[in-house]
Amino acid sequence: MSLKVSKPSSGRQIFSSKVAAITVWTITILWTIPTFGLLVTSFRTGDEIYASGWWSAFTSPKFTLQNYKEVFLGGGSESLSDGILPYFINSIVITLPATIFPIIIATMAAYGLAWVKFKGSDFIFFAIFALQIVPLQMSLIPLLQLFTGGAHIGSVTIFPALGIAGDFAGIWLPHTMFAMPLAIYLLHNFIASLPRELMEAAHVDGANHFLIFRKIVIPLSVPGIAAIAIFQFLWVWNDLLVALTFAGGTEEVAPINAKLASLVGQYGSSWTTLTAGAFITIAIPLVVFFSLQRYFVRGLTAGSVK
Amino acid sequence: MEEFFLSSASKFGGVFASIGLFLAALGSIFFIAGKFNGRRARYIAATIFVAPAVTLVSAGLVVPATQTIIYSFKDPESINFIGLDNYRWMVNDPYVATIFRNTLLWLLVAPLFTTALGLLLAVMLNRMRRESIPKSLLFMPMAISFVGASVIWKFIYDYRSDEVQIGLLNAIWTALGGEPVNWMLSKPLNTFLLIVILVWTQMGFAMAILSAAIKAVPIDIVEAAELDGAYGVKLFRQITFPMVKTTIVVVLATQLVGALKLFDIVETMTGGNFGTNVLSNEMFARTFVQYDQGKGSALAVVLFLSVVPVVIFNIRSIVKSR
Repeated sequence: MSLKVSKPSSGRQIFSSKVAAITVWTITILWTIPTFGLLVTSFRTGDEIYASGWWSAFTSPKFTLQNYKEVFLGGGSESLSDGILPYFINSIVITLPATIFPIIIATMAAYGLAWVKFKGSDFIFFAIFALQIVPLQMSLIPLLQLFTGGAHIGSVTIFPALGIAGDFAGIWLPHTMFAMPLAIYLLHNFIASLPRELMEAAHVDGANHFLIFRKIVIPLSVPGIAAIAIFQFLWVWNDLLVALTFAGGTEEVAPINAKLASLVGQYGSSWTTLTAGAFITIAIPLVVFFSLQRYFVRGLTAGSVK
Repeated sequence: MEEFFLSSASKFGGVFASIGLFLAALGSIFFIAGKFNGRRARYIAATIFVAPAVTLVSAGLVVPATQTIIYSFKDPESINFIGLDNYRWMVNDPYVATIFRNTLLWLLVAPLFTTALGLLLAVMLNRMRRESIPKSLLFMPMAISFVGASVIWKFIYDYRSDEVQIGLLNAIWTALGGEPVNWMLSKPLNTFLLIVILVWTQMGFAMAILSAAIKAVPIDIVEAAELDGAYGVKLFRQITFPMVKTTIVVVLATQLVGALKLFDIVETMTGGNFGTNVLSNEMFARTFVQYDQGKGSALAVVLFLSVVPVVIFNIRSIVKSR
């Protein structure tokens, strides 16, 4: 797409660029203040936080790293395992496979539905798309029962008990399942818009579907795949419901977001640990987001915006 | 300390082993299936590409959804069928009526504000020279979890009965001469204040998608319209808006489904108390807190049914645009 941006060409517009710039910057500042306030507060001492609003930190600057130390070490003891760090590790351990697995499977399905013509491929595509309407909460208990007990009709086992509840695999699998509808839909948009001539030429040259998938489809779909991967990464990292249901709140497997939620819920938990904990929790998604955002919008909107 | 490093190392070992195993299995399946020729090859390829996803959505979404529909006709322990009793409870209980009213409020206000504000900013950004910095900052809340967002906004809505207000909203309010307000307790304002959080997190998404759509409007059409004297609002009404209408509908629909399923904000901010409860939160509470599988499932079914029209509409517009 080499479409030029329409720029104002004269001063006759009602939305002149100056008015536009002022409006945009005003809203931008309003939009950023909440996060900025959290960041400033997380560097203030406990006494200061309760004595005055975070905005007064600029007139009498007194900043400290104590809150972060407290959150990492947990209550001042010197053992790392009391703090937030194990949960941070868990989050990474949960997020990597729960992003990679669904992306690969969804890319395969998107290609299969778009380019391996077979009877019913359109039906399957729309059926999967329509499954977006199933609220997550609706699947949790039946899925948990499936993992622990398997599925049986009479005495015939149609789905074995996987025994992965409370394990990392027990979190990867539901995330992979729930990611399917949206990921397949968006990747299908992307992959279906690849040039037909290219596919036909490859077939004429004797390439099979697997070769085309690896050598043509994946390289050409990188922007789309990257966008969905970022989306899925953010979704898994920020998830609370799936983690709470399938992992519980234990230090062994629970992600950082579950730890933060328990801090929020704890009676009498102070703003010192909450603000520092919250900022640690949102730091990684912010870094991922800011470094990869150009892929995000480009890939998400390709093929869907006409 | 040492224990922590050992356990972390073993966790990462598990991750890389799992990913490696997955890729190796996939590679060998591709290799073997690639040996087939002729008509059979196409069916084998279709199966290998599509079957994993179909299996996953069947086990993860289709079967559980069916089960939930069955549960909605059963008692709390899902043992005996009790007919329509769960649905009758829903229609008659005044508390549920409040929940439905709140949910409707979320559905009306949040998607409309998110999309309208997103559209306004997308149009304005298109007229600016350096748009990347405000765009990134406006989009940033998208990357923040609802739990993180609720910590941020709890701090803004904070209330103290004494002199010093450390919550931003109360600080502004008292500076303007008002008495400090416990925002989360004041009905029905609290629901609107919770909606603000959703709009704050989602607006950037709407803006980004709409901004891409506006940029995709061919420049020659815009220039031709400008030659004909269409500027500003007129240009927007006659050219830009009709060209991005489909995208606006898609964004609205996404926001609608999102607002309906929303759970985290209400759960972490008020726990559904003080007259702020919504359908998805009540469903979670019925199922996981009160262990009434029947009522929880019936609420889920209502939630499910109310999204059906949106998705049908979406599918029809996809089919039309093909």
